[in-house]
Amino acid sequence: MTVEKKSRVFGRLRRAPENFVSEQFASDVYEHGMDETRRGFLRKSFVTALGAATAGGAVSSALAADGEKVILEKQQWQTTLGQPVAARPYGAPSQWEAALQRRESPGLTRVSAASVAFAPLQGFFGIITPNGLHFERHHQGWYDIDPAQHRLMVNGLVKQEKVFTMDDLMRLPSVSRIHFIECGANTGLEWGNVAVPSVQYTHGMLSCCEFTGVPLSTLLDMCGADLKKGKYILAEGGDGSGMTRTIPLDAALKDTLVCWAMNGEMLRPENGYPLRLVVPGVQGVSWVKWLRRIEVGDMPYASKDEAVHYIDLLPSGLHRQYTTIQECKSVITTPSGGQQLLDKGFYNISGMAWSGRGKIKHVDISVDGGNNWRRARLETPVLSKAITRFNMDWTWDGSPAILMSRATDETGYVQPMVKQLREVRGTRSIYHNNSIQAWKLDANGELSNVQVG
Amino acid sequence: MFKLANQLTKALVVAGLSATFVTTAFAQSKFSGIGREATKAEVAAWDIDVRPDFKGLPKGSGSTLRGQEVWESRCASCHGTFGESNEVFTPIVGGTTKEDVKTGRVASLTSEKQPQRTTLMKVATVSTLWDYIYRAMPWNAPRTLSVDDTYAVLGYILSMAEIVPDEFTLSDKNIADVQKLMPNRNGMTQSHGLWNEGGKPDVKATACMTDCSKHVTIGSFLPDYARNAHDNLALQNRPYGPYRGVDTTKPPMARLPGKMTTVAMGADSITPAGLFKKHNCSTCHAPASRAIGPAISEVAAKYKGQADAMKKLHQKVKVGGAGVWGSIPMPPHAHVPEGDIDVLVKWMLTGQ
Repeated sequence: MTVEKKSRVFGRLRRAPENFVSEQFASDVYEHGMDETRRGFLRKSFVTALGAATAGGAVSSALAADGEKVILEKQQWQTTLGQPVAARPYGAPSQWEAALQRRESPGLTRVSAASVAFAPLQGFFGIITPNGLHFERHHQGWYDIDPAQHRLMVNGLVKQEKVFTMDDLMRLPSVSRIHFIECGANTGLEWGNVAVPSVQYTHGMLSCCEFTGVPLSTLLDMCGADLKKGKYILAEGGDGSGMTRTIPLDAALKDTLVCWAMNGEMLRPENGYPLRLVVPGVQGVSWVKWLRRIEVGDMPYASKDEAVHYIDLLPSGLHRQYTTIQECKSVITTPSGGQQLLDKGFYNISGMAWSGRGKIKHVDISVDGGNNWRRARLETPVLSKAITRFNMDWTWDGSPAILMSRATDETGYVQPMVKQLREVRGTRSIYHNNSIQAWKLDANGELSNVQVG
Repeated sequence: MFKLANQLTKALVVAGLSATFVTTAFAQSKFSGIGREATKAEVAAWDIDVRPDFKGLPKGSGSTLRGQEVWESRCASCHGTFGESNEVFTPIVGGTTKEDVKTGRVASLTSEKQPQRTTLMKVATVSTLWDYIYRAMPWNAPRTLSVDDTYAVLGYILSMAEIVPDEFTLSDKNIADVQKLMPNRNGMTQSHGLWNEGGKPDVKATACMTDCSKHVTIGSFLPDYARNAHDNLALQNRPYGPYRGVDTTKPPMARLPGKMTTVAMGADSITPAGLFKKHNCSTCHAPASRAIGPAISEVAAKYKGQADAMKKLHQKVKVGGAGVWGSIPMPPHAHVPEGDIDVLVKWMLTGQ
């Protein structure tokens, strides 16, 4: 390739609107061509553009003396007819958003059907997770179950053991609530030390949706649940894994929902279509997907995912069983690890806070590694057991910084530093790491994952 | 019922439903025509859970001899001949001692050096293992073991860990005695504040606002090898806006990048490797190591130079096969589009 290295401005592409990568990245591609990683992502149009630039020689400048070409020149999307309605009957994100996808953490699991795909929190706005980017965790793969063939059974300590079809359930009075769901193992890779590079992998087993369904209490009442002898319920999934989790009856009656919808449409298959349990404030594994059965019982069940997995090892060698509540936690999502600031100046620091014990009361932000803190703005709505979005104005002077956020919930509980948790739980407990996350910002604008203290 | 009505009132008031609705004495009459009584056979078919007190455990028995047969034909491909394999899942057997069987606490759990926790180091309740195997194993064909074979294979696992003798018949009659031998039976605690919403937290942090930590120390950095271990983060962030992804294929830049330039970028079509994952081939096959099925490299080597390799392997994928690579059969994949099979087979044979 004979293009002059300094010529970093590429010509306008005719077939697609332009997009941007860093100057260094662009010049690297320019200089070295495409490596294996780039090959998969860069479109043919990019190659075409390079070819055209090479052949044509003259590359026009993006910013001419009298202004930007994108303003001064008529663009293709202004001078030609656009797409008709329903060209894509089920809408999809813009082609320019392809970078934001659910991704696995290489090496975390050996088989993808018993694995996790992390949500790209670094690209999210507000509090709602788009359905296509909701994190995934399956224990024995996922199925797209025919709703006409799906049944929910309620049995055990009830007057009448019942079977409900989807037709039955969807006739009942429904409610819609916004709640976060977080895997108990979220941030679990970082108990001992920093292990992963970006917020997608440190905190991406987190999502928040509006769920629609019927309160579990309604179904238990319809079956005449024995609330004297009954102390727990068992929720069971209808897939091959047959996920089973014990839930204390008071939580089951308080705010647990049997849901068929997320964010206004039916559940996605990866999230339990057509029916899942929603247990607000409780770790994701208890939100049983493809829910087929609720049993009322008088003792905990010690199922596989509460006696072999999802148990927390303490320094004493004891394991904690039935650790389910997701305590108050927050993380700055932009800017965050693996991101790059382009220049000094104004930035909006933004992130998410949530608590399994109620509403977020406030969030504090430090840019000096935890020495001084400022209160962030909480954006509405601030809901119980839901993600709350926080923001703070910040002008970066170009010097190194360490960004941290610390949430407090309505019970007064303050999100701790990881060393405080380690003093009680050691470094091998995997689950329920709700410690303060720190991102180190270097003078070159690059952010990376660090642990303070 | 009275207590329930109170609970229900609370729940429904929270739900914002009309208070007049809950004045109905029995809510079930309100919802006439919704749901039906479950038959005994239906409850029996689905109520398969087994509790720690063995409620729900079906009658039956199985010998370790039979267990070994089941293990070797249905379980060993993932879990290893001795339950020790770490290839597909974490090991089941290992890390427990005769002393642990006496004390009911697995001593190696207190050691920071223990590299892995095996299933038998963790589990306190033998009921859990019975339920686990009967409910969800074998992993790719759950609920295909009989009750007796479940006893047999569980007994065989316990014998491999020397919890029961080599020749042993586990049954519903003696499983409660076996519970008394579980090496970590005293190793669980439910005494913590994370079981219920009102539980007491482990730690109490304070929200200090100024001069909280004058000497900030960084205890842990992202290791260099981890920088690009999740692929290029430049391609996992929006290529516009205030926060770009770092090009992790390169060392950190020396200075701020400043003004940005333009190139086009977007999603590519699905690659053969993507199809390999999409159609779950990766559940049983890995590029260079043997998993449940043969490695891709092994298959490529075997069929190298054969003129009809494409056609032969296409057929194997589509209708399945057995006997070429050991005892585990290749299941049929009739649902995979023909075009995708062609792409996958070509990729296996040529890497292209």
